[in-house]
Amino acid sequence: MQTPLLQVINIKKAFKKRGAPELLVLDKVNFNIEEGEIIALLGKSGSGKSTLLRIIAGLVKPSDGQVLFYNQPIYSPVPGLTMVFQNFALLPWLTVLENVEMGLEAQGVGREERRKRALKAIDIVGLDGFESAYPKELSGGMAQRVGFARALVIEPDLLLMDEPFSALDVLTAENLRNDLLNILASSATKIKSVLLVTHNIEEAVFLADRIFVFSANPGQIAAEINVAAKHPRDYQDLKLRDLIDDIYTLMTRPADAKIPAKMAKAKTISLTYRLPRVEISEIIGFIEKLTEEYQGKADLPTLAEKLHLEIDSLFPLTETLEILRFGLVSEGEIELTEQGKLFAEADILQRKQIFAAHLMSYVPLARHIRQVLDRKSDHTTLEKSFLSELEGDLSENASEEVLETVIDWGRYAELFAYDYNTGILNLENPQ
Amino acid sequence: MLSSTKNTYAKNEAATWPIPNYWDIIALALVLALVLGFGWGASKMMGQYQLGKSMPISLSPLDLPYYALRTLVRMLIAMVFSLLFTFIFGAWAAKSRHAERIIIPCVDILQSVPVLGFLSLAIVVFIGLFHGSLLGPECAAIFAIFTSQVWNMVLSFYQSLSTLPKDLREAVSMFRLSAWQRFWRLEVSFATPGLLWNAMMSMSGSWIFLVAAEAISVGQYQISLPGIGSYIALAIDQKNLAAVGYAILAMLVVIALYDQILFRPLTAWAEKFKAEQTAGENLPESWLLNLFQRTRLFQYGVAAISVMGNNLINLPWMRRKTNFTPPKPQETLFRYTSLFLWYICLSLTVIFAVSKISLFIFSEITWNEVQHVVFLGFCTGLRVLILILISSLIWAPIGIWIGLNRQLTQLVQPFIQFLAAFPANLFFPIITLLIVRFQLNVNIWVSPLMILGAQWYILFNVIAGTTALPQNLHHAVGTLNVRGWLWWRKFMLPGIFPYYITGAITAAGGAWNISIIAESVHWGNIHLQATGLGSYISDATAAGDFHRLLLGIVVMALYVLTINRLLWRPLYRLAEQRFQI
Repeated sequence: MQTPLLQVINIKKAFKKRGAPELLVLDKVNFNIEEGEIIALLGKSGSGKSTLLRIIAGLVKPSDGQVLFYNQPIYSPVPGLTMVFQNFALLPWLTVLENVEMGLEAQGVGREERRKRALKAIDIVGLDGFESAYPKELSGGMAQRVGFARALVIEPDLLLMDEPFSALDVLTAENLRNDLLNILASSATKIKSVLLVTHNIEEAVFLADRIFVFSANPGQIAAEINVAAKHPRDYQDLKLRDLIDDIYTLMTRPADAKIPAKMAKAKTISLTYRLPRVEISEIIGFIEKLTEEYQGKADLPTLAEKLHLEIDSLFPLTETLEILRFGLVSEGEIELTEQGKLFAEADILQRKQIFAAHLMSYVPLARHIRQVLDRKSDHTTLEKSFLSELEGDLSENASEEVLETVIDWGRYAELFAYDYNTGILNLENPQ
Repeated sequence: MLSSTKNTYAKNEAATWPIPNYWDIIALALVLALVLGFGWGASKMMGQYQLGKSMPISLSPLDLPYYALRTLVRMLIAMVFSLLFTFIFGAWAAKSRHAERIIIPCVDILQSVPVLGFLSLAIVVFIGLFHGSLLGPECAAIFAIFTSQVWNMVLSFYQSLSTLPKDLREAVSMFRLSAWQRFWRLEVSFATPGLLWNAMMSMSGSWIFLVAAEAISVGQYQISLPGIGSYIALAIDQKNLAAVGYAILAMLVVIALYDQILFRPLTAWAEKFKAEQTAGENLPESWLLNLFQRTRLFQYGVAAISVMGNNLINLPWMRRKTNFTPPKPQETLFRYTSLFLWYICLSLTVIFAVSKISLFIFSEITWNEVQHVVFLGFCTGLRVLILILISSLIWAPIGIWIGLNRQLTQLVQPFIQFLAAFPANLFFPIITLLIVRFQLNVNIWVSPLMILGAQWYILFNVIAGTTALPQNLHHAVGTLNVRGWLWWRKFMLPGIFPYYITGAITAAGGAWNISIIAESVHWGNIHLQATGLGSYISDATAAGDFHRLLLGIVVMALYVLTINRLLWRPLYRLAEQRFQI
């Protein structure tokens, strides 16, 4: 058996923080990429898949483990390996042609040769006639084509793609995916393999030969799925639809489901649990949709398609419902609880009361804040104190997000009030 | 820059321009004239010079173009050095945490040291350095101009580099650009719009100090370098009102010229470096840039320059080597010891400098005088604050009125920019005359001089803030029938607050710096002096008393720093957090 193109060996990434245990982002990640395959890394946001991609690219150093490219360890960006970025990352002051030439410039390719190869790459991605345009003149789809051309022109063996279609609208993304497959299939490039990071299940199934499903906290490969179907694939193909359903099921299964002990089915969380960043209006809208159109029970893949939600926005919603015990998720399905249905039928004020009760019972952080405020004689406290409590377990950014979320929810439920200018939490209502 | 004429959807004007390109001749003449003029002006700097030798300045208006040229050459040379300094120290501060800790506070302090303070010290050093050559005083003047230009450019460059978007940084290292390529392709390009804007502000600001820098009178040195500044100084000395008029006229022409020839084309060209994804409404245009982009000959010229630029960026020995060896494990012990030593050296230097300075000051000056100087600083500070307040009360409503009227804004804005660039001290003689004629109180009536040039920043920013308020807010407020005082209090004033604060900070900084000139004005043998730190410093300069000069400079820098920290920074932060739209 020939040596793999790329070997990821026991990668671990942890962030050290002063006065707190280190934050484990990736742990024990192992896989190989063979020549001639497209691999998708599929996971929720915050699962560390982008960090992994950057470690493979040589942009970020792992805390432990190694990445071997043609059996050579990677310590910094190497030739033969390049990346397409989520937000294109084109230099706005360079024309399309100059952007594409950039990688060749770095290699020291001569002027004439550079221009010839860049023009050819621009030709391949179908941007003929836009050579002298600046990136700000281009639409998102065209800009990402430039991103492709810029990567193609240096003739990499392995192409890394960081959610390359997620900043584009649905139709453009579809069009670009097809073109990518055509380019890869044609003899126009020497690309041997592609590693694609995505949070779009359909996209992974449509493009990849193998899918690695990532779990979060710490990021690990939870499952590996082979997609045998030949390209071009049809979204309506029943086998693929089944596969998509399976992956939804897999990704909504509780993380510790392998231990079939008498686990409570409902989700119980700790004080510093990383609450999903979801707004009240989204929660209410989602619950209303579920009651009105699906009688309180729906299949997640169908829901995602109907509501045009990618898992990046769908899963935080379902998780929130679970945390608040308004819904139960299992095997790729979501079902409203009795309380959830009650919430849907209530009027504005009743909803607030129900929400407040659930917040106090099931979100320890909200309960904690309220208790602190109750205990204090002046019923006021600074948000900073909670922030430092959270930072014991979470990164700085995550702590801020979690606190913001819980303050949002708490204000809606009228559990406490908050003043933006001073960062003070209190029990009073504004005059 | 792309030289080939590819087909795009945009109409290609270069291709449709008339073939027998007589514009070539005009452009060529322009370039040759510029190059020759600059070379000639620069060559005049190298003459012989002995201390005490007087250089005759004539007040004939016919000599003014020559003087203007000499002055301009000095400013441009200072600008080149400012750029170099910026590239080195701005980049260094952005890249090394340890350098950042020293460079940024240093720049912050140097920024608050009055420009003329540098001049007095520089003249001694440079005359010693270039003994017997005209280069000595020339370098001193250029150095003084340099110190009035460079600090905000360094800060702007540093800030741009620290806000480089992460994905661009990643893309550039993913495509394995070397540090050299990365510096030009990414860092300088990204910083260009901000840097250019700051360079323009610097040029405008430095005109004011030019008068002082060219007609140097420090202690026993009385040197007049040929230039507009010396011309004005002589005109004031001889009470020649007509000559002052000529100088003002010449200044108008010079500012208009360099705006058209230098900055207008540069800003139009720098549009492409703006990272915004959408095209702005009012793109700056420049007839000169258009002329050059349309002339055939200059397309070749530009192509050649761009090839040269590319070759410079892609110098073979600046290329990045592929690195397959593991990064060296950092020898922590070595690193920490060297860092430790570095900081020890640094603190020793600081302690040494502070003790030297205080020893030097206190060897001549009593504690009582120090207290008096602090009081003088208080007077000047009070003057600055009151002036900011008064000019705000005047210009904020006018600015809002102008800003609400789009057409008027378009009409007035270039005008105000022009006024801000105009060296206000040219008008000092006129006000001095008025004070003398009407027997006015010097302490009060000298004050307006301080704000004469700086007030335009307030007006300019208020107009910008008013036009930046989104139209839908105007509509919303209109449908709610919000009028009168409520309209001001709840809508307009909070709406322009961030812009106003920026303007006020700039104006206050300018007023402090100018106080040295403004609190002590001359007209022939008439000498008006107000009580304040500015006049104290200018007295010390004239007397060549370095003890008092140093004391004055230190006190002024401390005042500016304290007021910045205690008043302007908090206000600025408030504006950023609460009132940013």
